[in-house]
Amino acid sequence: MATPNTPLSGGGGPFPQGRGRAGRALRGIARPYRSSHGVGRFMLVTGTVLVVLMVLTAVFAPLLAPFGFAQVSGDDGQRFATHLEPGGDHLFGTTTQGFDVFSRVVWGARTAVTVVLLALMFSLFIGVLLGLLAGFVGRWVDRVLVMIMDALFALPALLLAIVVAFLLSEYVGGGASTAALAITAVYVPQYFRVVRAATVSAKEQTYVEAARAMGAKPVTIMVRYLLTNVIQSVPVIATLNAADAILTLAGLGFLGYGIQPTEAAEWGYDLQRAVADTGAGIWWTGLFPGLAIVLLVMGLTLMGEGLNETMNPAIRVRRLLPVSMPELTSRTSAPDAAGAGTGRERGAAGERPEQETSKDGDAS
Amino acid sequence: MPTKPEPSTAVESDARPTLMDIRDLRVHYELRGSALARLLGGGGATVKAVDGVNLALRRGEVLGLVGESGSGKTTLGRALLGLVPATAGHITYGGQDLAELNQRQLRPMRRRLQMVFQDPHAALNPSMDISTAVAHPLRIHGLVGSRAEGRARAAEAIERVGLVPAEQFLDKLPVELSGGQKQRAVIARAIICGPELLVADEPISMLDMSVRAKILELMLELRADLDLTYVYITHDLATAKFFCDRVAIMYMGRIVEIGPTDEIFADPKHPYTQALLRAVPDPDPERQVPRDLPRGEIADAAAPPHGCSFHPRCPYAFEPCGWEARDLRAMFERRWTELGEEVWERESALVGELDEIEGYQEQVRLKVGDRAPELVSLLDEARAHDPDEPLWRGVESIDSDDGTVTVRFRAGVDPALGPAGNIDVACHLHNPELRPK
Ligand SMILES: Nc1ncnc2c1ncn2[C@@H]1O[C@H](COP(=O)(O)OP(=O)(O)O)[C@@H](O)[C@H]1O
Ligand code: SF4
Ligand SMILES: [Mg+2]
Repeated sequence: MATPNTPLSGGGGPFPQGRGRAGRALRGIARPYRSSHGVGRFMLVTGTVLVVLMVLTAVFAPLLAPFGFAQVSGDDGQRFATHLEPGGDHLFGTTTQGFDVFSRVVWGARTAVTVVLLALMFSLFIGVLLGLLAGFVGRWVDRVLVMIMDALFALPALLLAIVVAFLLSEYVGGGASTAALAITAVYVPQYFRVVRAATVSAKEQTYVEAARAMGAKPVTIMVRYLLTNVIQSVPVIATLNAADAILTLAGLGFLGYGIQPTEAAEWGYDLQRAVADTGAGIWWTGLFPGLAIVLLVMGLTLMGEGLNETMNPAIRVRRLLPVSMPELTSRTSAPDAAGAGTGRERGAAGERPEQETSKDGDAS
Repeated sequence: MPTKPEPSTAVESDARPTLMDIRDLRVHYELRGSALARLLGGGGATVKAVDGVNLALRRGEVLGLVGESGSGKTTLGRALLGLVPATAGHITYGGQDLAELNQRQLRPMRRRLQMVFQDPHAALNPSMDISTAVAHPLRIHGLVGSRAEGRARAAEAIERVGLVPAEQFLDKLPVELSGGQKQRAVIARAIICGPELLVADEPISMLDMSVRAKILELMLELRADLDLTYVYITHDLATAKFFCDRVAIMYMGRIVEIGPTDEIFADPKHPYTQALLRAVPDPDPERQVPRDLPRGEIADAAAPPHGCSFHPRCPYAFEPCGWEARDLRAMFERRWTELGEEVWERESALVGELDEIEGYQEQVRLKVGDRAPELVSLLDEARAHDPDEPLWRGVESIDSDDGTVTVRFRAGVDPALGPAGNIDVACHLHNPELRPK
């Protein structure tokens, strides 16, 4: 400032830092759970429990699985009997090749979670980056990117994944990263579309012009003013896409374009091997991997739909009614405080320097 | 409303040095026509949002830009800061012409040129907390070394704008603040880099009545403390009277009158200013003033009137004010609204489709065949019915020839800003050469 006031303290930062940010992040995660209700809450909680169980299984697979995913003989060196019924040493039985089904299902969870996480990260990164760029820069960049993404989007998901997996398998091999990249190609266009649309509308906001008026570079505007706001629509799609990605991964495995059996255990591949067994009355080789797929897909879908229900503004209106009731001790929350308007920190706002009432409702 | 602090009027305003000099500034927006129209080469219409503005901003003054919605105030304010590219003209500031710099060259200058927005809620990034938002200009311009330093400076600025104690606001998100508090935060962000010029675009129009005066007082305090120059944009004359040293009245992208606030309020020269002031019965901002402007709406910005753009609404309009075909049509519309359906049915059959009376031509030809004498007498009757209608002053002749009635108007002249005492005004009434004797 031209006439600086007395500094409050010598640059050391007189106010506690970090706490606010970490606290806000935690509150952000907790928010959908706290503000959900009814069916939405049921879906959200059930889905989260299923997903957490699967993730725990994946993380602790080495402890949970009695055998390795490609192990066909016990520690004594004796080969497992094939087609053993569930029970005894082999909780879910054994397969034609003599694999332990329980171990394969557990290791399969690890594969699924790894691949989907990788794919999610790749596609989020690429999709968000390109969407932001196209939406912000506009002009020919936008037109070219939209054209490419539309073309990708028009292809059937599994076909696209197969083509990418096939092309990559020569260079990258048949492991988890190939599968993840194949799935990435499928989901990039979705993030791209959502983020681009959000960017195009956010770009017109006054705060973006304010940033320009401050002298911010385009990159700063994109990262500090646009990204943080457009990213908010992503968790819902990401969760729903994760569910879809599990199916795509299994589909790839089932058709033989996925992860090679020597690289990792994979449910889709196991299912494909189990097809022949069903005729012979061997149900356990197919049932358990199939069940694992269903549970994980269901968990992710419930979570995504639950999030959608609580975070979608159209539905949120219903939820607003009880919140905007006049409160005696603290002022009523603004409409866009929807999630936050549960009374927290309202106490502090009560000691305002002057009596001011917000007109945010009219303004936005 | 408290009285205006002394220093603003005590200094003889002409004695102040010029901070920014604006010469013949134009900002035109190309409106895209339909795809077909563009294909046929017609192109879209052009909105002359700012159309030839001359202005010398003096250091330390508060200049009000006053006008109805759509008169180009915001566009002019943004153009001063280089936020919209100038179509033509010069903005001389600090030895440079802002109109010629590109965005990259403008960025370092933005420290000194800041803006306060109409809607404080929209002007703050909803996902950035107040301390980060307020300190961000410092970080952008590399004026602080660390987050902690930025935060401390933000705390200072926040307290400076009356958000005390700062700790209570630093970690809040914009949504947790009231409208007035948000506007204070926006002001804190605007002053944190030590600007010279602040463009405030209707900074209080979206706030509650109870806080409006406080925000203006804060801005006056800041001006005194930080040596600021303000361009204050408003459609509300009452606050302009309280807040500004000089006011510029804008109409359709032009300044039609500019001068010291006291003088303009005491003795407005331009008929538009007079009308605006009549619509403000009382300088009390608590009162919602009725807009009681003379007939008609602000004209279509994509097709501004010929001559003086205010002439279709001006009660004093006379010969050189820019009469054209559209005014004849408007005259008939007013006449038929007044006289009712029967007259409309009878006369519209004679006049023909009003929509076809269009264009800028200073001469209208109505092809009516053998009913020409009837039309001439109708025009005479209309004139006799309302002889005070300014349009008739502009009609030079009405001739009937071979089934065509030709109405000729006097040539229109575009009024330029010229002196009338301490005030500059763009109106032929104040032009010694054109003014009626
Ligand atoms: N981005 C734009 N594109 C096209 N026309 C615009 C744009 N911004 C403003 N205008 C037009 O320019 C004129 C002046 O607008 P503005 O400067 O916002 O006026 P004010 O602030 O006085 O209400 C209006 O006719 C408006 O429609
Ligand atoms: S020049 Fe003056 S008198 Fe003529 S129309 Fe314009 S404002 Fe009215
Ligand atoms: Mg405006």
